[in-house]
Amino acid sequence: MTDTLAASDAALAARAGTPLVRMQKVDKIYPNGVQALRRFDLAVGEHEFVSLLGPSGCGKSTALRLIAGLGPVSAGRIVWHEAGRAARPRDDIGFVFQEPTLMPWATVWNNVWLPLRLEGVGKAAAAPRVAAALAMVGLNGTERAYPRELSGGMKMRVSIARALVTEPRVLLMDEPFAALDEITRFRLNDDLLRLWQAHSWTVLFVTHSVYESVYLSNRIVVMAASPGPAVGEIRIDVPYPRGETFRTSQPYNEYCRAVSARLHDAMGG
Amino acid sequence: MASTGLGERATAPPDAGRPRPSRAERVERIARIAAPLAIGCLALALWQAVVSIYAIPHYILPGPGLVLRSLIDDWGTLFPSLLVTLQITFMALGVATIGGVALAILFTTSRWIELSLFPFAVILQVTPIISIAPLILIYVDNVYLALLICAWIVAFFPILSNTTLGLNSADHNLIDLFQLYGASRWQMLWHLRLPSAMPYFLGGLRIAGGLSLIGAIVAEFAAGTAGTGSGLAYRILEAGYRLNIPRMFAAVILISLTGIIIFLAFSLLSHLVLRRWHESAVRRER
Repeated sequence: MTDTLAASDAALAARAGTPLVRMQKVDKIYPNGVQALRRFDLAVGEHEFVSLLGPSGCGKSTALRLIAGLGPVSAGRIVWHEAGRAARPRDDIGFVFQEPTLMPWATVWNNVWLPLRLEGVGKAAAAPRVAAALAMVGLNGTERAYPRELSGGMKMRVSIARALVTEPRVLLMDEPFAALDEITRFRLNDDLLRLWQAHSWTVLFVTHSVYESVYLSNRIVVMAASPGPAVGEIRIDVPYPRGETFRTSQPYNEYCRAVSARLHDAMGG
Repeated sequence: MASTGLGERATAPPDAGRPRPSRAERVERIARIAAPLAIGCLALALWQAVVSIYAIPHYILPGPGLVLRSLIDDWGTLFPSLLVTLQITFMALGVATIGGVALAILFTTSRWIELSLFPFAVILQVTPIISIAPLILIYVDNVYLALLICAWIVAFFPILSNTTLGLNSADHNLIDLFQLYGASRWQMLWHLRLPSAMPYFLGGLRIAGGLSLIGAIVAEFAAGTAGTGSGLAYRILEAGYRLNIPRMFAAVILISLTGIIIFLAFSLLSHLVLRRWHESAVRRER
């Protein structure tokens, strides 16, 4: 657990430094004319856990997809800072969709192998990395199962393992646990936090759940219902590891109340 | 490494210990075969009874027994004809499969190609083969090749349209994921679009299998006695001229048996390919 503490310290130190990725006055207008983002700014520091919170259709998923490089921005720019140089670290991104988004015709093992396979890594060479990724999400033993044989929570774990197999430094998650039952969601929240602390990733987490965002993040960015700049930013200054005691504590409730109020403003009162 | 995965432990794949079928399930399984079999036997008995009671002459309506005897006695002529028809059917199906899939892949690479060619595929499909067959027989000297073309025309379309639909039905999030990891077009096709298209393609293949047999038979009829054809349709025509009604029945039975076997074979193929992952092939647990 010593590396966990180190990671937290690094996170605290990095928060003040140069952001890893910065969205600057980004507009996104889809070809059908729908404007999803307008003059949106966002900065995510290295090792931070940032939640993008907002009502449905506020453009939070769009922001995440643009950062991932899925589609062009209509105006503004997205700048990556990697050790002083601007670059888009494609290989360093892991993306988790709202649905597990697995290939139904492929086994769990082959699904997790996919990102490496697309890079040209063969089966034998990928084996230890796939095994490590599956171990991280606690899925050893399911290698040969097909997605339809798994529960919703397990499918999501496969999806996370697939995002982790390339050993990314940035994890982009688009409401990954929204479709899961509460018990499974809590468990995956805890597992995610544990992994984040152990591996000092940067996480950008899209959610519409106030409680989830407070429980998980260093920082919450609240987005407006109509496209525009973020309406609020709330730091959750509670040390990790956070557990069940935090979820039932007084500060947790206060944070939730504050974030809810901000979200309420965002939706136009 | 943090150890996670509390609870939610992986269990063995579910087919390891499938429970014994319940009584209702067993009854249904037996009924599925027994019920149509009983109806079939009843119909045959009725047929034989009508023929015997009204003493219908066999050149008007032979009884099932006589048809069976004709099938056995004429096996020497019917079987080579069956082989000829089968050869045309499967050659046409093979070419239709390769051509249909290739064209479908071409369609997905370019919207323009799809827009320009698809209407012609539809025209080929909607024009009844029986009306094109005589023309093809006029312009193509080689009768065997002409028959092949006719069977191919009818088998081609279901494969093309189903595969095109399948290739375009890949999960959009998965397409995004592939793009995110910098997949090439070829990787996208091989690892994502083709597997997504597989259930659709197999559905098309099942339809095309039956249609190519029909195409082959129709073309043989159109070629008629003028051709050097010696397929089953030719035997039917020939037997008709000779008023050998039992042999006509025997040939028809062979044709429908062939069709049934083709259908079952492709259904089995479809089941074997899809059984682990596609909803259509997975038994529902109730």
